[in-house]
Amino acid sequence: MTDTPVVFTRAGMLRGAKDSFPLLVGMTPFGLVCGIMAQGVGMSVGEISLMSGLVYAGAAQVVALAIWGHPPDLISVTLAAFVVNLRFALMGPVLAPWLNHMRGWRLWGSLFMTVDQNWALSLREMNAGGRDAGYLMGSGMALWLMWVGTSALGHILGSQIRPEPGHPLFFTALGVFVAMLATMWRGRVDVLPWAVAGCVSAGMAQLLPGTFYYIVAGALAGSITGGLRDRRREKRAA
Amino acid sequence: MTFDPWNLTAFVLMAIATYACRAGGYWLFRQISPSPTLRAIMAYIPGALFVSFVVPAIIKGGLQPLVGAVATAAVMLATRSLPLSITVGLAAAWAVWLFR
Repeated sequence: MTDTPVVFTRAGMLRGAKDSFPLLVGMTPFGLVCGIMAQGVGMSVGEISLMSGLVYAGAAQVVALAIWGHPPDLISVTLAAFVVNLRFALMGPVLAPWLNHMRGWRLWGSLFMTVDQNWALSLREMNAGGRDAGYLMGSGMALWLMWVGTSALGHILGSQIRPEPGHPLFFTALGVFVAMLATMWRGRVDVLPWAVAGCVSAGMAQLLPGTFYYIVAGALAGSITGGLRDRRREKRAA
Repeated sequence: MTFDPWNLTAFVLMAIATYACRAGGYWLFRQISPSPTLRAIMAYIPGALFVSFVVPAIIKGGLQPLVGAVATAAVMLATRSLPLSITVGLAAAWAVWLFR
């Protein structure tokens, strides 16, 4: 890390928005699917736009829409949002070198705008020595606009396109994760933690089908394994 | 354009739950000063988190996402281009779907 102070500029926000362009493409089918599902449960365009704008979490919205009733079961959909999005709680602390230098709306607004895609993008920027924290909010705002727009568009297209479950279009959401994961690979140190994360998450997904605890369980198991191993090595070397 | 009060209530509750995750993790973390062990653990969160998202999804989806994921990762490692890797991955997944 350099000693250059962390700043928050309009230029940084613009650059974040520009860099998130490829992610917008990957997000489009996901947003469309969300809109199609909302139309399917009888929501209005205004309602799905509001939902996407307020919640701004694709996986959680799709899970909630799959169990949406009239009226919706408030406890179930709130719990679904909480469990699916628990992973966000692990993301904020990783960006602490930027976030710790922000206050007020910049800090709490940046946290609101954080999703998987722009978090990974910002992390790459931060690790490459980027000191402009506006990057996180700028990329988040671009993704937010695209998310609200594509979910509204999906609702309008509604009855025309009805991709069946398992249609390859759904792969794009996963594809974005795989591509970003490929850039996170640092070499041999990652073998053990990634293997533990993969096994624990796969096992949890089998044990508790229909829930999303497996994401947090795998992430914690893998990162704790890697972190404790590194500390033990350091102590042995010292 | 109609807005159902029950739906609106559900949106607000979901938004609160989601924001509690987004801001709560960071807020809690700021209350403590992270030890070297905690910092070492955090260095592994990004990879472990994305692995935990991807692996169960591939197991659930079978051959199609597996082929798509391998193609995406290979192109990403070779070119470092996100749009290209996702396009090739999608094409590979689509091919499996067509010839299933």
